[in-house]
Amino acid sequence: MSLQTVAVWVVVVGVFLVTLKPLGTYIASVFSFEPTFLDKPLRPLEHGVFRMFGIDPSASMTARQYGVALILTNFAWIVLSYVLLRLQGQLPFNPQHMPAVNPQLAFNTATSFGTNTNWQAYSGENTMSLFSQFGNLEFLQFVTPAVGGTMAIAFIRALSGKKMGNFFVDLVLMCTRVLLPLSVVFAILMVWQGVPETLGAYLHIHTITGSTQVVPRGPMASWEAIEHLGTNGGGFTNANSANPLENPTALSNLFQVIMMGLLPVAFFYTLGVMTGKRKMAWTLISVAGLMYLAIGAMVYFPMELGDPVINALGLHGHIYRVGTELVFGTGGTAAFETSTMSFTTGSVASAHDSALPITQLAYFSAMFLNLVFGGKGVGLLNMLMLVVITVFIMGLMVGRTPEFLGKKIEAREVSLASIAFLLHPFLILVGTALSVALPAGLKGVFNPGPQGFAEILYGITSGAANNGSALGGLGAALPYYEVTIGIITVIGRFASVMAMFLLAESLLKKRSVPASSGTMRTEGILFGGILAGSVVVLNALTFFPVMALGPLAEHYLLLAHHLF
Amino acid sequence: MTAMSHTMDSSYFMQVLKDTFAKLNPVEMVRNPVMFVVEIGTVVTLIFTIGSIGKAAFQYELLVTIVLFFTILFATFAESYAEARGRAQADFLRRTKSSTRAKRLKGDGAWEWVSSEELTMGMRVLVEPDDVIPSDGEVVEGVGSVDESTITGESAPVIKATGDSVTGGTRLLSDQLVVRITTNPGQTFLDRMIALVEGASRQKTPNEIALSALLGVLTLIFLLVVVTLVPQARYYGPHATDTTTMVALLVCLIPTTIGALLSAIGIAGMNRVAQVDVVAKSGRAVEAAGDIDTIILDKTGTITIGNRMATEFMPVTSVRVEEVAEAALLASLSDSTPEGRSVVELAKDVLHLEALPLVEGEAVPFSAHTRMSGIDLADGRQIRKGAISAIVEISSAEKRPELEKLAEAVAGEGGTPLAVEIDGRALGVIRLKDIVKSGLKERFDDFRRMGIRTVMATGDNRITAAVIAQEAGVDDFIAELKPEDKIETIKREQSEGKLVAMTGDGTNDAPALAQADVGLAMNTGTMAAKEAGNMIDLESNPTKLLDVVMVGKQLLITRGALTTFSIANDVAKYFAIIPAMFAAVPTLSVLSKLNIMGLKTPHGAILSALIFNALIIPALIPFAIRGVTYRAEAADKMLARNIFNWGVLGIVIPFVGIWGIDRVLGLFGLA
Repeated sequence: MSLQTVAVWVVVVGVFLVTLKPLGTYIASVFSFEPTFLDKPLRPLEHGVFRMFGIDPSASMTARQYGVALILTNFAWIVLSYVLLRLQGQLPFNPQHMPAVNPQLAFNTATSFGTNTNWQAYSGENTMSLFSQFGNLEFLQFVTPAVGGTMAIAFIRALSGKKMGNFFVDLVLMCTRVLLPLSVVFAILMVWQGVPETLGAYLHIHTITGSTQVVPRGPMASWEAIEHLGTNGGGFTNANSANPLENPTALSNLFQVIMMGLLPVAFFYTLGVMTGKRKMAWTLISVAGLMYLAIGAMVYFPMELGDPVINALGLHGHIYRVGTELVFGTGGTAAFETSTMSFTTGSVASAHDSALPITQLAYFSAMFLNLVFGGKGVGLLNMLMLVVITVFIMGLMVGRTPEFLGKKIEAREVSLASIAFLLHPFLILVGTALSVALPAGLKGVFNPGPQGFAEILYGITSGAANNGSALGGLGAALPYYEVTIGIITVIGRFASVMAMFLLAESLLKKRSVPASSGTMRTEGILFGGILAGSVVVLNALTFFPVMALGPLAEHYLLLAHHLF
Repeated sequence: MTAMSHTMDSSYFMQVLKDTFAKLNPVEMVRNPVMFVVEIGTVVTLIFTIGSIGKAAFQYELLVTIVLFFTILFATFAESYAEARGRAQADFLRRTKSSTRAKRLKGDGAWEWVSSEELTMGMRVLVEPDDVIPSDGEVVEGVGSVDESTITGESAPVIKATGDSVTGGTRLLSDQLVVRITTNPGQTFLDRMIALVEGASRQKTPNEIALSALLGVLTLIFLLVVVTLVPQARYYGPHATDTTTMVALLVCLIPTTIGALLSAIGIAGMNRVAQVDVVAKSGRAVEAAGDIDTIILDKTGTITIGNRMATEFMPVTSVRVEEVAEAALLASLSDSTPEGRSVVELAKDVLHLEALPLVEGEAVPFSAHTRMSGIDLADGRQIRKGAISAIVEISSAEKRPELEKLAEAVAGEGGTPLAVEIDGRALGVIRLKDIVKSGLKERFDDFRRMGIRTVMATGDNRITAAVIAQEAGVDDFIAELKPEDKIETIKREQSEGKLVAMTGDGTNDAPALAQADVGLAMNTGTMAAKEAGNMIDLESNPTKLLDVVMVGKQLLITRGALTTFSIANDVAKYFAIIPAMFAAVPTLSVLSKLNIMGLKTPHGAILSALIFNALIIPALIPFAIRGVTYRAEAADKMLARNIFNWGVLGIVIPFVGIWGIDRVLGLFGLA
């Protein structure tokens, strides 16, 4: 492990540790409507928005109302985004004269950006006008993570015994108080590192070799900021953060890693502040944090040790690596990929297709778990869902009806939590089974053997987890995948949230039971260990067969020097 | 031995066997989704077995089918066995019930024979010596001694007088009673108890419903995993999976262990309650007992043995202890109350007397007016003992301050002082004290560790209450109790979200019993109290509440432990089956590297996992019936221990077990 690697990881983990408390507390203050330093400059703007849309900020919603408002608003954006993509040719800011986007790609893109997935079945520089980039897709990159945040905030409010709040108010505040200020700061940092920020046309450059090269550019710095802060992950260009204009330096790489994790980690602390259970928040942060490091190790070590086949040829050294972005080194690449998978961002700084099987296994694990901090707010919901299930099974073993935050977990709660849990594997396993069974799905497989299988599985999983990265090698631009993955992203995004909202409301309605020494504590090392254990075991039991068919088979074949 | 702990005799085993097979009926099986899936799987493999007759795969298919069949049998056996244990208790009760004939009183005072089944509420029956009391009711005339041993196992007869309740099935030993029937046929305690222990009236408890829901979803997830695995594996070749193996994998993964034992755990839990001679009106009440946060216990009879005892004679100055003792002895000779007898006993000790002295005189009985009792001796001496204030009034003034000081000292330590005087000369004070039942302090300590608060309720003054509370080790007390105080306390605790349990016997306890989450009524209590409570203690021992709480907790722990074990087991099964099932698929044969147990052949590996999965069910039946070991300790400690026993070992044990079974199969050439 090089000094650079150690430095990258120390800085990343250090920044998360230092920021999670102030940032988490700040978010808690905003959504508890306590005074913050941004009240003065931003309140007139927010109240203007409320007036414009006729929002009554004091009206609280029920779980059903909040959920319906959330889903309908999202659908409206998806429809709007679809229409704008189809009308791209007629809209301004189109220096490259990009034509209308075809229907199934427009559907796929609108659903994917509208669900914070940002799966891209296109390359941005060849498909999208500048308006589509900053006016359409970047708008979704702001509001969809804001929606993810509102999900967590509403849930936390119910857990802390308050009403769920008003979706529209939360949505506006999430944009103005959280995403906008941070985006401004990080966009400036991106510009400082050399990321372009322009509305000008693509550059035509005469290279040293005498040929002409077209260099796509645009308002990239602002895009990069929200792409990562909102754990969106849709690249401005096809190569995403592996494109030197999107992520030019080791420092910009570090910034992007930090941007991805900043909010998802802070939300865990917000839970602690708003429920008054800071120790529980630290326990959950530790569980997710250790998993983050474990995934990091699974990503880094195969990358660092190199391909066994190449090693066997006696070719050692830096340049013989696969699946590594040499600009950032193995440490920097591993940090980026671990973060993009854990925080379900889905931007990439290296080709995931070229990663070794165990590294790919780590990518899969992060998407299966979907709670290693996860997407902004959403990862926290997933973690709490497993907390409820764990508390139910393990809590029985202290001889009391299981309780979480003083509320009894009974049939309704455990049913809702387990249905929410079921949904993720359902989408992944059924989606993959269909894709490998249908000729339309098999048509997209460009690689044979386990790698081809993994590519399909990855595409479906990425959609279900709202991650958005691709393993590559899959014909994702085929209408079959555009439609299937589009549908999966929508179900994956909204179905389990509805179950979780109903769960929260059901808990809210229950009377609170005071804790005693006979109550199972949902904090501390023992609970952390039990939670981590059940999270790993439940997920392993669900996904072991597909992992055996994909990365594990490929791993053992690779050790036998069998390549695909 | 109590009546309820009758063991099963051999005749029940035939019934168990019959039920084991009768429960295979799919109509009944569908109520248990986990085992229903296994049953469908068995039918599927059976069809494939028949289809493979004469082919190489026949032996494997047949073995899988047989193991699957036994898996279901073990499950139905567990349930039948638990039910049979209940039935053994019920049959014993029923025998006492069926032979009853009743003497129904007609309007004119004559009586006629009727069967006890014909008795309805409001009818009056005559009960004479050696008659069995035909149904539950209330004594309206007469006093008699009743043998309740059939119900309680207690052989000492109980005196029943007007207003007392009597239980159907018990026997009158002496005198004559007129009983007004208070229940309709089929609703007596005996009927309820029979239905309960038999499991006939068993409804799923809230926690059981929640757990069933979770098990249902887990089954669905594994069904999803296995069904989608078919097309996923066929990506590598058209014959990558065979149906029998997929069924085997499915059965191994779904939580069959807990699915098979869940209802047995519930039935056995109710039986364990019945074994301590408590009738719970529902399983829900037993489960609620496990969740109790606060227990309210009466001081008298529950925490202290019924009455106060004399523990010390305290003379005023210039009087010897012996003088006080002698006077107290003489004053108490004709006092037949337990307190009076305890004074006599203490005096005999102090004076080293072997036998009671013979004295002549006239006893002066206690009256509420004088608040004292005593004796007027033949020699003219008048000895009195009684409340301090009463004695002070009739004795000379010089000793008054000293007497009052002594009394205060006694009261200050929680005792009750009685003064003794002779011919107007105060001699001293008798210290009467409550005696805390032995073993209670340890029990209350257990409860404190489990997070349960104990509250003592007493009509005594605060000082007395505080001293007894301290001595018994309860957490809190309510002194100078007024009838409405109990229900107020319960409501206050409940408003904080706590679950409250209490015991009671009097009619004035009924509202509080009804308000409490768990109300344990004494069988000796009034009908109103018994109706209000959700459990009845047949032995009328209020400390039973503690046993019921333990059973309730053990019930939940057993369910959690077996669920955890069931899920943890799956890890090893994957490592056995996944490498084996793909051994013949070219690209996937490398997965044999995952065969870390070194199982010899693919079919042997799958069979080993399946056999382990089946055998673990009967192996855990004792835990389901008896409940997993339970110790009173804090949640963290208990959790850590159970997680290790059932979670960590739950992962390790099947690795060893499957490996062992594979070796054994190898001996028979099956692996």
